[in-house]
Amino acid sequence: MGPTIAVWKFSSCDGCQLTLLDCEDELLGILGRVQIAYFPEATRAEIEGPWDLSLVEGSVTTPEEAERIKEIREKSGLVVAIGACATAGGIQALRNWADVKEYASTVYAHPEYLETLATSTPHSDHIAVDLELQGCPISKVQLVDALLAVLAGRRPNVPTDAVCTECKRRQTPCVQVLGTPCLGPVTQAGCGAICPAFARGCYGCFGPKETPNTVSLAKRWSEMGASEDTLLRAFRTFNGYKPAFREESARHDG
Amino acid sequence: MTDETRTIKTDYLARVEGEGGMLIRLKGNEIEEVKLNIFEPPRFFEAFLRGRYFTEAPDITARICGICPVAYQTAAINSMESICGVTVEPQIKALRRLLYCGEWIESHALHIYMLHAPDFLGYPSAIEIAKDAPEVVETALRLKKIGNHIMTVVGGREIHPINVKVGGFYKAPSKAELEAMVPDLEWALETSLETVKWANTLDFPDFEMDYEFAALDAAGVYPIEGGERFVSNRGLDIPIDEFYEHVVEEHVKHANALQGHLKERGSFLVGPLARYALWYDLLSDEARGAAEGVGLPKVVKNPFKSILVRSVELVEACVEALRLIREYEQPAESSIEVKPKAGAACGASEAPRGTLCHRYEIDDEGIILDATITPPTAQNQPQIEADLRGFVGQFMDLSNEELTLRCEQAIRNYDPCISCATHFLTLEIERG
Repeated sequence: MGPTIAVWKFSSCDGCQLTLLDCEDELLGILGRVQIAYFPEATRAEIEGPWDLSLVEGSVTTPEEAERIKEIREKSGLVVAIGACATAGGIQALRNWADVKEYASTVYAHPEYLETLATSTPHSDHIAVDLELQGCPISKVQLVDALLAVLAGRRPNVPTDAVCTECKRRQTPCVQVLGTPCLGPVTQAGCGAICPAFARGCYGCFGPKETPNTVSLAKRWSEMGASEDTLLRAFRTFNGYKPAFREESARHDG
Repeated sequence: MTDETRTIKTDYLARVEGEGGMLIRLKGNEIEEVKLNIFEPPRFFEAFLRGRYFTEAPDITARICGICPVAYQTAAINSMESICGVTVEPQIKALRRLLYCGEWIESHALHIYMLHAPDFLGYPSAIEIAKDAPEVVETALRLKKIGNHIMTVVGGREIHPINVKVGGFYKAPSKAELEAMVPDLEWALETSLETVKWANTLDFPDFEMDYEFAALDAAGVYPIEGGERFVSNRGLDIPIDEFYEHVVEEHVKHANALQGHLKERGSFLVGPLARYALWYDLLSDEARGAAEGVGLPKVVKNPFKSILVRSVELVEACVEALRLIREYEQPAESSIEVKPKAGAACGASEAPRGTLCHRYEIDDEGIILDATITPPTAQNQPQIEADLRGFVGQFMDLSNEELTLRCEQAIRNYDPCISCATHFLTLEIERG
């Protein structure tokens, strides 16, 4: 029957779980080898836990979510966090530098109706996560590889190098050399280096690579004329709460 | 029937985007309560946007919804360009419409075949349909893929495209890159014509509502990527900048989404049924022919037939994509420079599930001072509750199980996007 897979949503835009449905060429093949135990975006049917694999999308932003991820951990063989929200707190983590009460009253007339935490945090702050797939959204290729790895009992191939290596492989001229500030040197590969291929600087949606030299990159951006505010915003957007980007943004938070 | 209470409920509604549920409580034959609960956690996009640079709005607001990021990006861009007083050249507008056709094809194919069809065919999901009728799901996946491919070629990727910006595109695709998509789109057009015929073979409950339909007025073309006015079949006709003078948002306790009402008029409907009813005459010959071919009237008041109207719009999106590619000339400049200018304006676009309105205020340095975003599902939420009330009133004799399924289907008629609106859904029916 194949392993059971549950797909969980926390605070998110649904884009990363949609990535699974967007694997148009691979989806029916994968579904033939696994049992979808829980995936409400796609099906009403449910199989009770425990589950062999839980894919977890979204960040932890409510007291209920903080409890739910612990239960999922207890009932799951493997937990894979998918996307910037699940691995870094995502765009929602912008609240971690703000007053959530003030936020709630900005958006909602009756903030007292809301149940929300002051922070948006990745699952790794709450449980032991077996694998993180970074990206806003995640890469289809990495998702399929991770599923195949689970089926084959091998390690998944998740790159730890920079977007730069993908630019070199697709022979995209360096946009930063041409004068466009780019986060590629400090951002984890996986997207296929699409922004530079479209004549745009990387904006870091895959989050920090392993051991990124953000200080050096920020210095180069400054020399190119970037303001401290620009640097602050660049490091504090979709992966701003991931430690390497968090620390760099703090250096420009005057 | 006694005075017993009957509760019809779904705690976590499946096959919609986001987290919500339904609760309906009946006492005898009286409907005591109908609630679309939205427990999707609150997300504070409007607050995050304050203090950000105006050019960041398209990329940040895309993250409100992984299903319709182009709708968000486009509404944000329309608003910012209106504030700054710039107008992009026709080929840039054409590229935006083409990108948006890709999102309509992807989203409509996903909803028609994988989210809504299981209700009509009696399956929990498309996964089970695939076991009995793999060709149905293969068709859906290929259509979806073609829509996604347009978004990849024009926008850089299908979810959260990277190539759009205030002022145009980072890079305009070549004519050859677009023309390479023509054979697939020709297949998609043929398949969407077949989709209309297939959808017409489904069983529809005999149910109609008297709607106020609202959609953008795109000055002579079927509204997709924008429109300067917001109009309805009951006389609403306003410039988009007056949107918030007429649409009021209310925060109710059972929903972490704000509900939209028309001031002094109440609930209204945005989305395929509304666009189709208001702008039928602007559809292409192929789309109108497909509707006529299955005897679909010019105004459809049975919300369950939204799957048919969505299929007609799928035809329209394929026809439009092919036309736009045929007429495309790669512009010399992919974007124009946009200098920030202090001011405020609304910008809107027709997301697959209905009108999406953004309003921003920026200062002369380009910093966003204020942001308000009203997604289609927030506007439709009171109407969905009204539909449920109407439906349960008419079909009270159904068993709890059947009524629950039908009520869920009535919600999915709207292709609701709860993630968007939460800034939506669990279904419960209580009978007493």
